[in-house]
Amino acid sequence: MSALWWWVLAGCAAAYGIKLLGYLVPERILENEKMTRAAGALTIGLLASLTIVNTVASGSEVSFDARFAALVAAAIALLLRAPFLVVVIVGAVAAALVRFLGWG
Amino acid sequence: MTPATKIGLSIAVATGLYAISYGALGVAAGLSLWQVMALSLLMFTGGSQFAFIGVLSGGGTPGAAFGAATLLGVRNAVYGMQVKAMLKPRGWKKLVAAQVTIDESTATAAGQQDPEEQKRGFWVAGIGVYVLWNIFTVVGALLGDALGDPKAWGLDGAAVAAFLGLLWPRLKGGESIAIASVCALATVLAIPMVPPGVPILVAALIAGVWGYFGKGPATEGLEPDIEPHTSREDHS
Repeated sequence: MSALWWWVLAGCAAAYGIKLLGYLVPERILENEKMTRAAGALTIGLLASLTIVNTVASGSEVSFDARFAALVAAAIALLLRAPFLVVVIVGAVAAALVRFLGWG
Repeated sequence: MTPATKIGLSIAVATGLYAISYGALGVAAGLSLWQVMALSLLMFTGGSQFAFIGVLSGGGTPGAAFGAATLLGVRNAVYGMQVKAMLKPRGWKKLVAAQVTIDESTATAAGQQDPEEQKRGFWVAGIGVYVLWNIFTVVGALLGDALGDPKAWGLDGAAVAAFLGLLWPRLKGGESIAIASVCALATVLAIPMVPPGVPILVAALIAGVWGYFGKGPATEGLEPDIEPHTSREDHS
């Protein structure tokens, strides 16, 4: 099996382990307000970072290309309260269109 | 059908459909069909699955993809605790409940008042999302395979939109926006300085420390991707 497969399976095992942890540990350990806040902030920070990485990273370089158009178009769709799948399609269409017109 | 069952089913359909984009992007990121399916069957926590493939498609190592996915799953431990307090599952049910403990099932249960309704909401949303998520993962992966060149179809733009769509409902109030902005800035600064994939872990560290020592409301960031209440069905 390839190294990638092992990382996939390790990720799956870790995800289940974390879920189960919530059911197994005594409440007072995790019901600490600091831990809850850290988990919430972590979620926001990671998603913000993933958004940016997918928008501007090309390996170890920052580049502005068709993906930036996708970000703007998706933000507009979200402001207009479009459902998730529509937002994703809008992002794809924006990037494809801008690229078709010869940028990025 | 009771209100909780209806809400659970509608959330299952809406969330299950996301998996089309996950499946297509997973294949575009270089995973095989089986690897894309394994993540939906076994990891089964959408944000982490998107994180895993997002790091890979950005040129990050599988180890960095593992790190980002695992950290993004940390909130599920908090959900597990909340569900345990509501449903008090025993024995093997605890093991099954753990696997379907995600944003949507927890939120559906938490949106109900009556303990029986909480139970129904959790299981209908949890199992419903699980089944549909896995079906639509296969549909998306086959679609992604058939599309060919992912860039020509703007699939990299779809990934950007997907992450923004996951982040958006969690941006409620000043502190969450501040965390997101600082982490976004830190990411841009880190990209040229550290190997691909690592900027995400840098942002995670900043956010975790911020949350731990911060003073914001304790539930910040722990909101579902889809609102579990619908005014039409709210007659408790």
